[in-house]
Amino acid sequence: MITETMRESIKKVEATRAQRLGMEPRRMAADEKDALLKAYHPDYRENGFTDIKIGPNKGQKVPAELGELLNSNTRILREMINLNKIDYQADVLVIGGGGAGASAAIEADRAGASVIMVTKLRIGDANTMMAEGGIQAADKENDSPVQHYLDAFGGGHFTARPELLERLVMEAPDAIKWLNDLGVMFDKDADGRMITTHGGGTSRKRMHACKDYSGAEIMRTLRDEVLNREIPVIEFTSAVELIKDDKDQVAGAILLNMETGDYMVAKAKTVIIATGGAGRLHYQNFPTSNHYGSTADGLIMGYRVGVPLLYQETIQYHPTGVAYPAQIFGALVTEKVRSLGAMLVNSEGEAFMHPLETRDVAAAAIIRECSDHGKGVNTPLGSGVWLDTPMIEILGGEGTIESRIPAMLRMYLNYDIDMRKEPILIYPTLHYQNGGLEINGDGFTKAIDNLLVAGEAVGGIHGRNRLMGNSLLDIIVFGRNAGKAAASKAGETKIGELSLEHLVEYARELKNAGVEAERISPLLLPEYTRHERMEEKRCGKFM
Amino acid sequence: MQEMIDIYFYGKQYSVPADLTIMTAMEYAGYTLSRGCGCRHGFCGACATIYRVKGKNELKTCLACQTQVEDGMYVASIPFFPTDKRTYDIEQIKPSEQIMMELYPEIFSCIGCNACTKACTQDLNVMQYIAYAQRGDFKACAEESFDCVGCGCCSTRCPAGISHSMVGVLARRLTGKYIAPETEHLLERVEEVRKGVYDELIEQIMLKPITEMQELYNTREIEQ
Repeated sequence: MITETMRESIKKVEATRAQRLGMEPRRMAADEKDALLKAYHPDYRENGFTDIKIGPNKGQKVPAELGELLNSNTRILREMINLNKIDYQADVLVIGGGGAGASAAIEADRAGASVIMVTKLRIGDANTMMAEGGIQAADKENDSPVQHYLDAFGGGHFTARPELLERLVMEAPDAIKWLNDLGVMFDKDADGRMITTHGGGTSRKRMHACKDYSGAEIMRTLRDEVLNREIPVIEFTSAVELIKDDKDQVAGAILLNMETGDYMVAKAKTVIIATGGAGRLHYQNFPTSNHYGSTADGLIMGYRVGVPLLYQETIQYHPTGVAYPAQIFGALVTEKVRSLGAMLVNSEGEAFMHPLETRDVAAAAIIRECSDHGKGVNTPLGSGVWLDTPMIEILGGEGTIESRIPAMLRMYLNYDIDMRKEPILIYPTLHYQNGGLEINGDGFTKAIDNLLVAGEAVGGIHGRNRLMGNSLLDIIVFGRNAGKAAASKAGETKIGELSLEHLVEYARELKNAGVEAERISPLLLPEYTRHERMEEKRCGKFM
Repeated sequence: MQEMIDIYFYGKQYSVPADLTIMTAMEYAGYTLSRGCGCRHGFCGACATIYRVKGKNELKTCLACQTQVEDGMYVASIPFFPTDKRTYDIEQIKPSEQIMMELYPEIFSCIGCNACTKACTQDLNVMQYIAYAQRGDFKACAEESFDCVGCGCCSTRCPAGISHSMVGVLARRLTGKYIAPETEHLLERVEEVRKGVYDELIEQIMLKPITEMQELYNTREIEQ
């Protein structure tokens, strides 16, 4: 129920709306942003982190929840698995059923390789499906890939790997064309020009969208194409470890049937990790905008075969997650809401910042507003600030919300909140893993030359922060490249004798480092089930 | 004290907090979900669910992650529904009237009962978009079906055995590829990149020292 405090604050928001419509809040200076991030961004809270105990990133900082999984042993250490009984075999094994995996599978298939996809849920149950706002590409006259590079490099605090970012921006127009040719319905005007908007930190309007179902429209098209190509998709089957061979190559993966609990062996000449992010690990107890399977499995499997992580300590908290109502707590409110003109407003009705700062800066500013500034709005679950959505209808005309962000309108109407008429309450939500496994420009890991990574599981494309619309872009660009490269590499790869010795070695190293590994990993699915005998603390809180 | 309600999962009674969704209520009751749970935010259609409220006759459909529990709900989730997708080569087909007849002829057996529309968890006018498909108006079908999450609830209720969401996907792909106008500025940019117009410029910016990049970034002009 909307509380009296919330209702009174809404009146203050309404009272200042007319005056706010005529002004643009100031953008912060560089040093101001740095100070804000250090003081308020969750990445700087020391107690949220731990050290990695063994492996290539030994001694480095990592979110505590991910660290616990890295400092754990495999679930198959004591399982009897016969590596001579091959259940699935292909040139290219794609692990993950999201946008990166599907793009990779399509391109590998097109290149003539035999491909199988495995996913622990269904194809399309992925963060790609939930991306709302859009996909960047510098394809208009006043824009260029160089300008895109500058925006992304600066927005990522000058830490992106240049050779990866170059590919992202240079191949972006072709990625859009590829999707358009597959039949993705982009928002266009009558002349065919893309309808593009700003995202936080962009200097040109280069955000292409499919209403606010951008990721869904892309994912369902890619899924349809995978099925049209009759690429085998093994659903409800999770990869739990990579298999190596005696030539220091990867040779496939151990799979777990999520329903029967049976283990199987998939053998392949090249393997693509496209397992996505980690939101369901709930770092620092944040809610998340991520899908049910976002548990960093690929990072764990990759690390166990020796692939280094990059920027694993940097996480993106999306500034606008749902703060109210409880049923959709933590769900994403697309940045496009701000692109279309909604301001961030505190309990007193003040626009306390420019609505289109980069995500890390916006998240930190909202946390400051709700803590030290004391201008958050208290809710039954915590606090938040307003996103003044009625401004969109005033600026863009009546009907703008329904035509441009129908998913947001529907999500709130389910709980009798009409965002066309009243503002909505938001607070940062765990959204994206900036870091991940390290790759070279073609998508191969540097540690193992027939293992590739694509999508959110990669680290270094964006640096320490990512701009809106560059993630949908990276899954397409790097997914496609990985598919092509994996198909080509498979042609020249000969697999030796299969082995799981690296897992025994990992366990030995943990033991030597004095780590009491009590848990097993990868996690596969979050533990939300409450059992009456042992009240689970998390249940009922995270949506 | 938390308000509790009674709910029945697969016929078995549980007492759960009244502010939960069906999905979180199942977890509260002790279920560990593997099927019937995907994005948890209303975009993927994994959690198609049927329910009836005790004492009422109407059978309803919903997404478990987007629906708040009600007292006396009898709930069954649909772990999988055998939707019938036909395969085709998007490069070979054309947006002609025959294509629906070839790939999804059963849409012409629609008896107009409107059960699909009533079952839609996204409140789409499903029967209308099938009618557009019958008529060969793929653009209208694409627009009307655009918000479909593919949960399949419509198909569970259809006496003609139509896989509505698959018809929608086909109409949207035909529209996106063949019917929507070409984007000239996109084709030009792709061609420029291919010809190497930006190769030198991108190489230059990649080699710049960080301090220079910071200066460029902090003083860059932002389109209004």
